[in-house]
This record gives sequence, C-alpha cells and structure tokens, in this order.
Amino acid sequence: MNNGSILKSKIFNLTLICAFFLTIGAFPFNAFSQESKSEAGEKKFDPKETIMEHIADKHEWHMFGKSYIPLPVILYTDKGIENFSSANLQPAGHVYNGKYYNYMLVNNKIKVVDGNGNIDKAANKKVWDFSITQNVASMWMTGLLLLIVFLGVSSKYKKRVGKAPKGLQSFLEPLILFIRDDVALPNIGIKYAAYMPLLLTIFFFILINNIFGMIPFFPGGYNLTGNIAVTLTLAVIILVVVNFKANKYYWKHIFVPNPWWLFPIMIPVEVVSIFSKPIALMIRLFANITAGHIIVLSLVSLIFIFNSLWISPVSVVFVVFIDAIEVLVAFLQAYIFTMLASLFIGMAIEEHHHEVI
Amino acid sequence: MELVTPEVGLIFWTALSFFILLFILGKYAWKPILAAVAERENSIESALSKAEAVKEEMARLTSENEALLKQARAERDAILSEATKVKNQIISDAKDAAHKEGARQIEQARLEINNQKAIAMADVKNQVAALSLEIAEKVLRKQFEDSKKQDELVRDLLKDVKLS
Repeated sequence: MNNGSILKSKIFNLTLICAFFLTIGAFPFNAFSQESKSEAGEKKFDPKETIMEHIADKHEWHMFGKSYIPLPVILYTDKGIENFSSANLQPAGHVYNGKYYNYMLVNNKIKVVDGNGNIDKAANKKVWDFSITQNVASMWMTGLLLLIVFLGVSSKYKKRVGKAPKGLQSFLEPLILFIRDDVALPNIGIKYAAYMPLLLTIFFFILINNIFGMIPFFPGGYNLTGNIAVTLTLAVIILVVVNFKANKYYWKHIFVPNPWWLFPIMIPVEVVSIFSKPIALMIRLFANITAGHIIVLSLVSLIFIFNSLWISPVSVVFVVFIDAIEVLVAFLQAYIFTMLASLFIGMAIEEHHHEVI
Repeated sequence: MELVTPEVGLIFWTALSFFILLFILGKYAWKPILAAVAERENSIESALSKAEAVKEEMARLTSENEALLKQARAERDAILSEATKVKNQIISDAKDAAHKEGARQIEQARLEINNQKAIAMADVKNQVAALSLEIAEKVLRKQFEDSKKQDELVRDLLKDVKLS
C-alpha cells in the first residue's frame, strides 16, 4: 500500500483527531486544570444558568471572550423616553441613574430599582423596554445581508436577461424556485403569486437567522428564531394574512357547520382552530431552534460539569453530530414554517364551487 | 418561564424590521427575480415549442421532398419509357419507310431495266435487221453478180407466182 491511500482514508483522519484530543488532554493538563479550579473555587459551574443566559436576549452584542459591543437602550416610561448606552449598565449589578428612574440589569433584563438596588415592581410596570438588544441588532444585520444579497441577485437578473444564472444567483435560484414550485404552488394554488413575496421573505428570514444562530461566535451565536417574541410576530403575521385573505367558504366552514345541531360544539372548536394553527407555527419554530441550542450548549457544558478535558473528544464529536443535525433543522424549520403558512393561506382562499349548502 | 415570555420590545422591532424587509425585498428583489425567472421559463418554453414546430416543419418538408422526388422519378421513368417507345416507333417506321422506298426503287429500277432492256432489244433488233439486210444485200449482190443467176432466180420466182 502506498502512503497516499492511507492519508486519504477516513479511519486515519478519525484516529488523528482522537490523537489530537488525547495529546491535548495529556500535556497541558496542569495549565487548564488550574484555571478551571480557580474558577470553580469562586463559583460552582451551573449549566442551566449558563445555557439560559446564552439562549436569552442580551443588551450587549457579545463578540469574543468578555468583549462586547454596547447597544442602545430605549425605554418608554410614563414620564418620557429614556435613551442611553447599555455600557452604562455594566458590570452586572451596577445601578445606572437615568433621567426618570434608576436602572439595573437583572438576568439580562433592565429593571427599575430604587436607590438601594431593590426592584421597584410598581415602576417596572410603567416602563416598556424597546431597546436595541442583541437579537434586534443581529436581525438588522441579517436583514441587511438579505437586502444586499437579494438586491444584488435581482440586479443580476436585470443584467443577464434571458441568460442562465451565475454565481450567487445560481445558488439562490433553486431555493426561490423550490418555494415557488414545491411550497406555494401546490398549497395555495393558482393565486400563489400574490403571496410569494411574503413566503420568500419569511423563508429566507428564518433560514438566515437559523444559520447565523448556529455560528458560535460573533456575528452569530444569538437565538433569534428560537425567541418566542420573534416566532410570535411571524405567527401573528400569518394569522392576519390568513384571516384577512380568507374567502366566504372559509368563514362559512367556521360559522355554519353542516348539521345545525353541531353549532354549539363546532363553532368554538373552529374558532380555536383559527388561533391554534399560528400558535403551532410559533411553538414549533421556537422549540426546535431553542432545543438545538440547548443540546449543543449542554454537550459543551459536559466538559465543565466533569471539569476535565478528557471528556472533550466525546463532547466535540457529539456537538459536531448535533450541529450537522441542526443545519438540517435550520433548513427544515424554515421550510416547514413556509410550507404550513402557505398551506393555511391555501385553505383559507380555497374555492368550493361544488359545495352546496 | 422567562424563556416563553415574549418581550414587547423584540416583538415591535421584529415586526417593524420584517415589514421593512418585506416591503423592500418584495418590491426590489422578489418581484424582478420572479418576473425574470418566469420570463426566462416562458422563453425556454417557447423556444422548445418553436424547435418542436421547426422539427415538424422539417419532417414535413422532408416528406414533401421525398414525395416530389418520387414523383419526379416516376415522371422520368414515364418519359424514358415513352421516349423508348417513340424511338422504337421511329426506328420501325423508318425501317418500314426504308423497306417501302427500297422496294419502290427496286421496282422502279426493274421497270427501268425492263424499259431499257426493251429499248436495247428494239435497238438490237433494228441493228440485227439492218445487219441482216446488209448481209442479205451483200449476199444478194454476190449472187447476182452474173446475169445467168439473175435470170434463173427471176424464172424461179416467176414460177412460184401463180397467176390467179
């Protein structure tokens, strides 16, 4: 056997990777263990707290290590609008004296506190947080990216009229055609064209944020599509579109069940179904993406729970495995959300020419 | 519980950003892209159907050409056979004519020959008669050189003459 074939074989690479981790575990053992010991001495590692902190929204945009980009805090209070940089709230537990109230970060949420640092519950109800959080900033970044990419692709279509797609255009065209031919057209039917912009925007918005959320460092690492507020907004948009575009057959189906004596049962059931569909959309996307983040973070946390580098090969192998699945889930959830949205729209605008009541 | 409590701020910004994104992308990206794709699909479709039509036209032309060729070939064959027939006719006609002419000429020649022969015979007869007369004259002259023989002859002749 020649050397080339050994180097190319997958088994060789796998053993190389294992060997790499084993040597890391063997040699600089002292340096790493000392560091973790000193941290453990100060505070016991709590995986739940760490994971929840990673999943939740933040008022700073974390970059590498402890460095972060401060983001603007915008508070709508009963006395007026507060506007200051989130750097004023750092380090955690520091009380910032604003124009109208005093503020402090509690679990990454801005709370109104009195002079002694106690939470003022009555005042908190009067303050609405419209801050540009990490999620909002990331959403703007990905939105900008979407604009750059798709306006670029759009101009390419103008430049290359009637020609075969090229570059990014040829990568994105199959996705666009997939949404059109396999999602919108079969589910909505002949009137699909009017809903294409909405469906495409939702698909690419969810997809790009799913993918960026998987990048473990700046500019990714946020959890936008796994945030209930975001999925709620998207689901409400679908709810509104479905019910505003619905035709008489849809409403007849809900409010005029066929045998009249089913009225008391069917009407509440159908009314619930109006809301249960978007709620299912909301929960599905939120749960899938959040669960993915939790699994990855839990596997990484194993290293810190066992407080040993020896567990890292196991952890990394599993994280890579879960990451691969999460890439699939990123596409799948974007697809499922778009598909179900178009299905609900299709059900609402479906014509029943044959139905006689 | 904090995880499933939606925050008003994020809802507001998500909705705002999403609608802006939807508006800009819808107007400047999705519409032109979908239109361009649809247009290209249509052009491909029409090109394909055109190609199909051209193919059919070609097939039709080919079959037409073949038919024409066949017809031309049949016509050529007909013309050739007609020509052969005419040729044979002409040849046989010519042969007949030649035969007739030959026969006529032969006949004429024969007649001429006969004529000439008759003329020649008449001539010969005349000559023979003249010669005979001459010979007879000469013989007679010889015989009648002496007067005794003349007298004898006259007497013979007179003997023959019977007066009736």
